[in-house]
Formats: sequence, C-alpha cells, structure tokens
Amino acid sequence: MILQPHDVIFKSLCDPTRRAIFERLCREGEQTVADLTGHAGISQPAVSKHLGILRGAGLVDGRHEGRQTHYSAQTAALAPLLDWTRRMSGFWDEKLDDLENLLGKMDQ
Amino acid sequence: MTEPSRQTRSVVKERDLSHPPEKVWRALTQKHLIEEWLMQNDFRPTVGHRFDLEAEWGRVTCEVVAVEPPRKLAYTWQAHGLDSVVTWTLSETPTGTRLRMEQTGFGADQEKAYRGATSGWNRFLDRFETVVADMD
Repeated sequence: MILQPHDVIFKSLCDPTRRAIFERLCREGEQTVADLTGHAGISQPAVSKHLGILRGAGLVDGRHEGRQTHYSAQTAALAPLLDWTRRMSGFWDEKLDDLENLLGKMDQ
Repeated sequence: MTEPSRQTRSVVKERDLSHPPEKVWRALTQKHLIEEWLMQNDFRPTVGHRFDLEAEWGRVTCEVVAVEPPRKLAYTWQAHGLDSVVTWTLSETPTGTRLRMEQTGFGADQEKAYRGATSGWNRFLDRFETVVADMD
C-alpha cells in the first residue's frame, strides 16, 4: 500500500462511535468532551480516547479555553481523498497506453 | 446551483484505435489479455460475476454489470473506500474502434463530506469498514 495517509483516515473513521463523534463535530461545530459524551452513549474517558485517535489522524483539533477543550472537525484532513479524479485519470492514461501496445502485438 | 446529490464525478478517456471492435473486445474481456495491460484478475464476461484485480498498490473489487459484445462492458470498481463504475463503450469507425472509458464515482459525496455536510456521509463512510477489513 502506498496510500498511508488514507489508511490512517480510513482506520480512524471505521469505528462507528468515532465516526458518530466526527460527524457530530462536522454538523454542530465546536464541542467539548462533555457535550459529546451526552450524545455518544459512552463514558467521558471513552470519548476522550476516541478524540485522541481522531486527533492523531488530523481529523479533529482541540482548542483550550480555560479548563475546557473545544474540539472541532478538520475537514481539510479529508483532502487526500478528494484527488480521486486526478489520480484515476493518470492511472487510466497509463493503462490505455498498455492496452494499445497489447493490441499492436495481438493477432487479428 | 446544481443539485449536488445527483452529481458524481467522472473520469472519461477516449481513444481511436486502429483495431476492429472484436479485437478490442477480446483485450477487454479475456483474462490473460486483461492481465497484460490492466492487472492480474479472475475476470469472466458474465453479468453478476465478482472478480478482483490485483495491483502493486492493492486490490480492486469488481462486479460485472453489463456485457454486450462487442459494444459495451461495465463493472463496479471498489478500491480504497471509493466505489465507482467503469464503463467501456466500443464504436466502430472507418479506421478501427473508438474506445471510451468512463469511470463514475462518488465524487459529489466526498465533496459534501469535505464541506462538513452530513448528507451522503454515512453511505460513503460505511464503505470504509469493508475497505479497512481488506487492508491488513
């Protein structure tokens, strides 16, 4: 695999609870751990652990304000997934060159 | 503004080939020939047949959705959480064949995700689980 940044994003979002937390941050904007715990249906330490993994993937950022940390979704971290069209275009150019070469070698 | 939920992004490639459609069709549908230009595979030109393409960068999971020799071939293309459909169209020309490849994916959903919208998110992210399961 050459797509390590993708792997990290995929892996951090494949857990349904983490995905729900991330989606909530996308939808509602900044939230504290307490806000998120109220909706996640799991303990505050568990939410913190999930936030840590999301932060590790660059999907979430934390802003300290007094004793509270306000978490927000970093949708820019999804950018590696967005160059799909460009990557596939290059892939097919190369493959179609190979196809043409093959056709040249084949019998009628 | 256009309706984003109905938009998908596409990659379109067209080539004029100096070979007849029947020959191009063979190159697109015969396992040992596909291997020569695309990837290792266990392709069969049967609608509903599921097959994998193996590349150095990973596996693509596919299912044949259209076989109309020698004019149209289509299969789903699932890789790295991106689910798309690859459609090949062959038309006869005076000099051979015009080959058109169109790959249509979930670009619009991803763009929505990028903007932080939630519609389309679940469908897109649910695919991650399958991909991640295949990754290790």
